[in-house]
Amino acid sequence: MKSPKNAPPVVVKDLHKSFGDQTVLDGIDLTIAKGETLVVLGRSGTGKSVLLKLLVGLEHPDSGSICVEGQEIIDLPLPQLNEIRKKIGFLFQQAALYDSLTVEENVAFPLNRHMNMSEAERKNRAKELLSSVGMEKDLAKLPSEISGGMKKRVGLARALALDPEILLFDEPTAGLDPITAAEIGNLISQLKEERQITSIVVTHDVHGAKSFSDRLALMDKGKILIDGTFGELKKSRNPFVVQFLKNGAGS
Amino acid sequence: MTIDLLLLIAPVAIAAAATNAGSPRDQWPAARALLISFFEWFGELGVFCGRLVKAAFAPPYEFREIIRQMDSIGAKSLPLVALAGAATGVVMSLETRDSLIRFGAKSMLPTVIVFSIIRESGPIITALIVSGRVGAGIGAELGSMKVTEQIDAMEASAVDPYKFLAGTRVLACVAMMPLLTLAANFSGILMGWVANTLAEPISLHLFVNNGFKHVAFSDFLPPTFKTAVFGLIIGVVSCFQGMRTKGGTEGVGRSATSSVVLSSLFVILADVVLVRLILVFYS
Repeated sequence: MKSPKNAPPVVVKDLHKSFGDQTVLDGIDLTIAKGETLVVLGRSGTGKSVLLKLLVGLEHPDSGSICVEGQEIIDLPLPQLNEIRKKIGFLFQQAALYDSLTVEENVAFPLNRHMNMSEAERKNRAKELLSSVGMEKDLAKLPSEISGGMKKRVGLARALALDPEILLFDEPTAGLDPITAAEIGNLISQLKEERQITSIVVTHDVHGAKSFSDRLALMDKGKILIDGTFGELKKSRNPFVVQFLKNGAGS
Repeated sequence: MTIDLLLLIAPVAIAAAATNAGSPRDQWPAARALLISFFEWFGELGVFCGRLVKAAFAPPYEFREIIRQMDSIGAKSLPLVALAGAATGVVMSLETRDSLIRFGAKSMLPTVIVFSIIRESGPIITALIVSGRVGAGIGAELGSMKVTEQIDAMEASAVDPYKFLAGTRVLACVAMMPLLTLAANFSGILMGWVANTLAEPISLHLFVNNGFKHVAFSDFLPPTFKTAVFGLIIGVVSCFQGMRTKGGTEGVGRSATSSVVLSSLFVILADVVLVRLILVFYS
């Protein structure tokens, strides 16, 4: 099954997801254009991270549709789903680096599995990716030996290893000091400019979101409350939107 | 035979359910929760085994990771297993020597040691040591990977964790258990001879000759190869418990403990069934 040309990279329609009695997503509709950076904002527990996991098939929705690169991924057999997953890079909230592997091995892991490269080529590619996020000096360190910000950088290098067309960021700046958070924000902006990658960024960081987003979606109680540019969100008179932007920008 | 099996499995199933059940206040809700938990656990285990089998037989095959796991599970368990086997040999020699002297059958000592070690003590001691060391290791490692989203990260990068993490560990357990059993048998018999020689000198040659005089292949091969089944149990139960971990570091601790408890219990019960089967087919 080939994906239709010029189809938006991600289209989500009427997506529902519950865990037991708790409804997490209650009819989400989203379309993300090629090369666009969408920031998903919202309070903790509103289902933002679940939305990202649904987009790579790590969770299964109760109902609705998810099309990635023009292909419906719900109920897709694992081999085909894995082909879609190769086109998506995922930076997890705590970076999720494999703690028994060194920084270099972490980045080389997807290359080992999916790219037909010699060992020297793999090492060079891993070094190149790590150097693009400023981590070329810590190749032999274990994840336990580097800071939270450095882990995020390595996680980002690993997410870029297979040259993805879509990047998903789960709280890329959470738990980082303002300077490191700004550096990660700059990396996201840099990626947007250099590679034209379609990105979905889940964050609480309104200030950072303003700098790297093309569009923002604010979620509340499992629904998208408002979707638009930062300017459009600022014009909203919805009390929740006003309060979120005010408190978020303040933080 | 079916009823025998049910009677054997029931206590383990209850223990399995108890490790997952909460602590309801009344007895009836407690019993109901235990029953639901019991069926859930076995249902999830069935689904897990299905995914594991499907993943294990689909290419690409993870030979390099299997060899790494064989080293981690087999080679690194060797000193512990050999030590446990040696201790068993010494204890057996000391205990049975007195008893046999009482019945005037001292000359039977090498035969008793060799038979009891190769037929039962060696395999079961090896399995229990491995379920303690490897079961806890797998449960904690996979549990920690689960709660820190490393397993999700692997799946998101199009690598099947059932194949790469669980399949390789289960295969390594199956392959290494008979070899570890041989090591336990060897050190047990050797130290049995040493303990016997300290009390009453006897040459190793004579001890081995007397010990193995009546041993047939049917006494040696089925009990050694039944440990592959123990390896399967240890690998599957530990990977299953690890990969379903919930609840942060506390959950990792629970997974490590339940991996050891459940795999040891299942090993002991499987031993009862396998000994019965071996007796049916080889006696």
